[in-house]
Amino acid sequence: MAAAEHILLRHRDIPDFDRLDTYLAHGGFEALKTTVTSKSPPDVIEIVKASGLRGRGGAGFPTGVKWSFLTPDVFPRYVVVNADESEPGTFKDREIMEHNPFQLLEGVALCAFAARASTAYIYCRGEFWDLAAALGAHIAELRGRGFLGRKLFGTDFSLEIFVHLGAGAYICGEETALLESLEGKLGQPRLRPPFPAAKGLYGQPTVVNNVETLANLPPILARGADWYRSIGTKDSPGTKVFSLSGNVARPGNYELPLGTPFRTLIFDHGGGVPGGRKIKAILPAGASAPILVATEEVLDTPMDYESLPKVGSMLGSASIIVIDDSVDIFWVALKTTRFFKHESCGKCTPCREGTYWMLHLLERLHDGTPADAGQVDLLQAVARGIEGKCLCPLGEFSIMPVTSGIERFRADFAAHEASGQ
Amino acid sequence: MSDGEVRLTIDGRPVSVPGGTLIVDAAKRAGIDIPVFCYHPKMAPVGMCRMCLVEIGRPARDRVTGEVPLDSDGKPVLFYNVKLETACTTPVGEGWNVRVASEKALAGRKEVVEFLLTSHPLDCPICDKGGECPLQNLTMGHGPGKSRFVYDDKFHLDKRVPLGDLIVLDRERCIQCARCVRFQEEIAGDAVIGFYERGRQWEIVTFSEPGFDSYFSGNTTDICPVGALTTADFRFGARPWELNTAASICPHCPVGCNLTLNTRREAESGGREIIKRVMPRQNEAVNETWICDKGRFAHHFASSPTRLQRPLVRREGNLVEATWEEALSAAAEGLRSAGPGLRGIAGGRLSNEDLFAFRRTVEAVGGQAVLDTQMGGGDITRRFGLGRLGDLGQLGPGDAILVVATDLHEEAPIWWLRIKLAAERGAALVVANARSTRTDDFARHRVRYDYGQAVETVLGLAGATGMKDRSARADRDQAAGSALSHAGELVVFFGSEGLDYAGSTALAEACAALLVGTGHAGKPQSGLIGVWPSANDQGAWDMGLRPPADGILEYLRQAKAGYIAAADPLGDDPTLRPVIDALDFLVVHELFLTATAELADVVFPAQSFIEREGSLTSGEGRVQRYYPAVPPLGEARPDWWIAASLGARLGGKAAPVSAAAGMDEIASSVPAYAGVTYRALAEVHEQWPLVGGDDLYFGGTAYANRQGLGVKLASDVESGGAAEAPWPATTAPAPGAGLLLVPVLRLYDRGTTVLPSKLLETCRASHQIELNPEDATALHLADGGRVQIEWDGRVETCAAAVSSAVPVGAALVLRSSGLTLRTPARARLRAASGGTRP
Repeated sequence: MAAAEHILLRHRDIPDFDRLDTYLAHGGFEALKTTVTSKSPPDVIEIVKASGLRGRGGAGFPTGVKWSFLTPDVFPRYVVVNADESEPGTFKDREIMEHNPFQLLEGVALCAFAARASTAYIYCRGEFWDLAAALGAHIAELRGRGFLGRKLFGTDFSLEIFVHLGAGAYICGEETALLESLEGKLGQPRLRPPFPAAKGLYGQPTVVNNVETLANLPPILARGADWYRSIGTKDSPGTKVFSLSGNVARPGNYELPLGTPFRTLIFDHGGGVPGGRKIKAILPAGASAPILVATEEVLDTPMDYESLPKVGSMLGSASIIVIDDSVDIFWVALKTTRFFKHESCGKCTPCREGTYWMLHLLERLHDGTPADAGQVDLLQAVARGIEGKCLCPLGEFSIMPVTSGIERFRADFAAHEASGQ
Repeated sequence: MSDGEVRLTIDGRPVSVPGGTLIVDAAKRAGIDIPVFCYHPKMAPVGMCRMCLVEIGRPARDRVTGEVPLDSDGKPVLFYNVKLETACTTPVGEGWNVRVASEKALAGRKEVVEFLLTSHPLDCPICDKGGECPLQNLTMGHGPGKSRFVYDDKFHLDKRVPLGDLIVLDRERCIQCARCVRFQEEIAGDAVIGFYERGRQWEIVTFSEPGFDSYFSGNTTDICPVGALTTADFRFGARPWELNTAASICPHCPVGCNLTLNTRREAESGGREIIKRVMPRQNEAVNETWICDKGRFAHHFASSPTRLQRPLVRREGNLVEATWEEALSAAAEGLRSAGPGLRGIAGGRLSNEDLFAFRRTVEAVGGQAVLDTQMGGGDITRRFGLGRLGDLGQLGPGDAILVVATDLHEEAPIWWLRIKLAAERGAALVVANARSTRTDDFARHRVRYDYGQAVETVLGLAGATGMKDRSARADRDQAAGSALSHAGELVVFFGSEGLDYAGSTALAEACAALLVGTGHAGKPQSGLIGVWPSANDQGAWDMGLRPPADGILEYLRQAKAGYIAAADPLGDDPTLRPVIDALDFLVVHELFLTATAELADVVFPAQSFIEREGSLTSGEGRVQRYYPAVPPLGEARPDWWIAASLGARLGGKAAPVSAAAGMDEIASSVPAYAGVTYRALAEVHEQWPLVGGDDLYFGGTAYANRQGLGVKLASDVESGGAAEAPWPATTAPAPGAGLLLVPVLRLYDRGTTVLPSKLLETCRASHQIELNPEDATALHLADGGRVQIEWDGRVETCAAAVSSAVPVGAALVLRSSGLTLRTPARARLRAASGGTRP
């Protein structure tokens, strides 16, 4: 089956797309120039609203609507790019930044224009030091060529973009923890409200958008909202870069229209499960969503923001991890819990203590440490105790593989309880 | 429903509170306790501990029409969030219904407690907080009876981590509520502790050198909701339920912080009851719920075994123990003959009753009595002092504060803290001094002058406000002057840094002129505050005692006999030895056998503030009462009793029967104190936040004030006195050549009431002078080198500390640190052996 047109992964079609001249030769920065010289910031917000673009960081919130929440008449404002890509199994932003950096930077500039911001920060996860250096060089090149800096294209619009490297904490992908870290503080989430649109970076109105979200802007501004809406589904327009991994023949990033069924991604593009094994489960959003039983119904479910909740999970950042029938779901839950326990920032009680407790329960089951009966039920109770009480989504996500694992793959857990293995 | 009031229902109880009130506070006002750990009403909410989870029902609103659907009873249909919400971060809303005691909310909080306890060591039997621990109490009230967590899986951390000399951290007791970190950042302004690592490993660390370097560190142990932070003073000292409590007032500085003294009989002290710890007592108009570390830790002098316990009489050249009768007779005999030649000196740490009786006794034989200080202006502060509604906690946007010639952070830390908070609320702070101090940190305007120019500077500010310009500085300080003149309320603090008696008097007059000129004199929330060296200097002025205009030396030179109470002039200034030796007779009452007492003919043992009653008048003009906490030491008596008994023998009135009766006498003869009675001083009204409840709410273990908020005196101008300010004589800087020695105060000095606290050993002001690098270079002096100082015919040698915070041409001498200097003086400095650069 032929892949759809690449909107975000254009470098796959065009060689040397990470070079500015190549990008310019293919219409790069035309959208920015046209927009800045002929449109007003509210026009841009309306176009993005009309396009139906939804945030690609995981929550799927309509991007244009998010921008319209900026507190009016309060300046300066900031644009912050969430390049902290750290969800297990997610590696889409990395590819965009590595190979299609100018489309991202043009998107950042469009966003800044719409938000009336003259400063933007790209917050990269600490392990992206090489990418951060490369982005810094690209930004310098853009400055030199007049695409960044003061009074762009002869207008009053000025923009500087800075790259900031995090210190290696998953929590800094949460937008308010990211802002704290960017301000030089301990990376921990803030109370919301106020939301960043009201009080964000340094207390000023701030737009925080994901890399992939912003990379969508140049094509939307260049080709219009109607064109964009012609791709994907009614409520989830556009394409999405799906990061496919796990027990598949051809793992990798696949840019496909939203609404493409799992089956198409996993079998047509990913080449199916190797070794003649059967597909057992799907983690549709890395570690941060309930695990799906890979039933025929699930495999036929369109991958979009509205369909996944109907089968009991979420699209999130669309990092699809395929699990075959050789894998013990208990082991998956142990892995994700170890991850969340390690990444819990410690700010709120249920997450700090609950992830620690869950991990110890899982380790006891795994190691066969003698314990009272009913450890799986206790694990489920502890997870439910965390649920709905946390300060930020990390704690809420941390229980999903556990609770869904026990509910949907009880036998895998019961086996450990019975054998003490 | 008044403007801005929001009505809601909490557990069925209708509540009406101002908009913006957090649900947790609204509930508290309605008598409903929502348990909290991280929330503290004096700090921004953070919603970390999740203990305050409640169900919140909000009127549902139709998204399309915007209408609120009604149920069959005509009431709005309420929408409840699926998740429980934190009451500490959610402001109230009109028509909401909050369920605190619902099954869902109770279950949620039970789970939070169980989570907290998974990592807590549960070592309550050996924990200092046991018995007054919010975690303990809330576990009993809200937690599960039994934990499902396997004890072996508990995370263990260090149990003894000294964060500094004063505060010790038990890392595994910490529940990561961040109250301490937030207090240091938001309230104390010393962000010297913080968090390190993350998740279950998240732990408190200090990153200052020396560790936990803050004058307010002890407060973190009060607000810590567990036994994680303890003071080195009280750690493992006693169980809270063994302690007796008494209300007191801090005797260390003129702020007058309200204290609770916790005492217990102690084997180490021979079974005597001693102070085990000093805690803040809430007085929102004075110290809120905070005290500084000096107030908390410098109490050991009162329990010191070296204190005087029996009267001493000189016999055959030696001071020997005598009965009270013998000592009083001998003292009366010795003083009577002096007549007008009797010179009395009293210290400003004495109570109003003591000072009143002291003065009356001296005057009974026709003598004179003075206050042992070099700072003038107490009559000016009586007239132009802070008005009767004065409260630094109420100053905010539109108001202004002027701080001149004082380092408040060192001299009166709680004033510093409250001024900082006022500035952060929006009050314009103007700081004028010859050098930078930590008050500059949050000043809107900093006015720098040369030592000797304080009076001109304030007059310049007054000139800048539109008064007749008497100073060339007016232009320079225009913005600062304008901030003062346009202020709604104006509070002026003046100190005596770089000033002698005449200079500080002139400064007080200049400040009064400023208040008059800007139209703030007599306003009930404005006025002048003296940053006095002692706790009750204002009271001493009010009782009619003044500093000797020409200094103690001249004063005593004319004396036949001396009568000295709570002062050690010889210890402060060894050059007084000849005039003291020349006295025919000397009577002293004291806590310790001071240098002066050693020369006395009769020495009376005085009770310390913890053994007796009395009242002190704070710099803000609030009369406050303290209470006996422990039985008297030996035969020691209160100073007022000693003075009055002596007076009665000298032909004066009979001694009052009690301190309260002493106050009655004051009230009938000192107009400003008319109507002040011990009963009035003991009155309380409800204060916010509510502290001291059984739930140990968010006031930590700070004690509720049930023993009196004191009486705030009105200023004379406010009471109808003339608002004419005397125009100050401008003062010339000290004449002569050489560097100007300027005595300055460090909080932890080497005075008699501080020295016995061994805990403060390492942070005490050292015996040194501080000078600018420029001057040090010119003198070939290195930091830490020895320097010889020559002034007034005296020569001393001490260490030199080089600091750019010292103005060029000046050398700071730390008061009560060994080098005795009471007023600024010109001195010749030179490097002593070992002080020169290699």
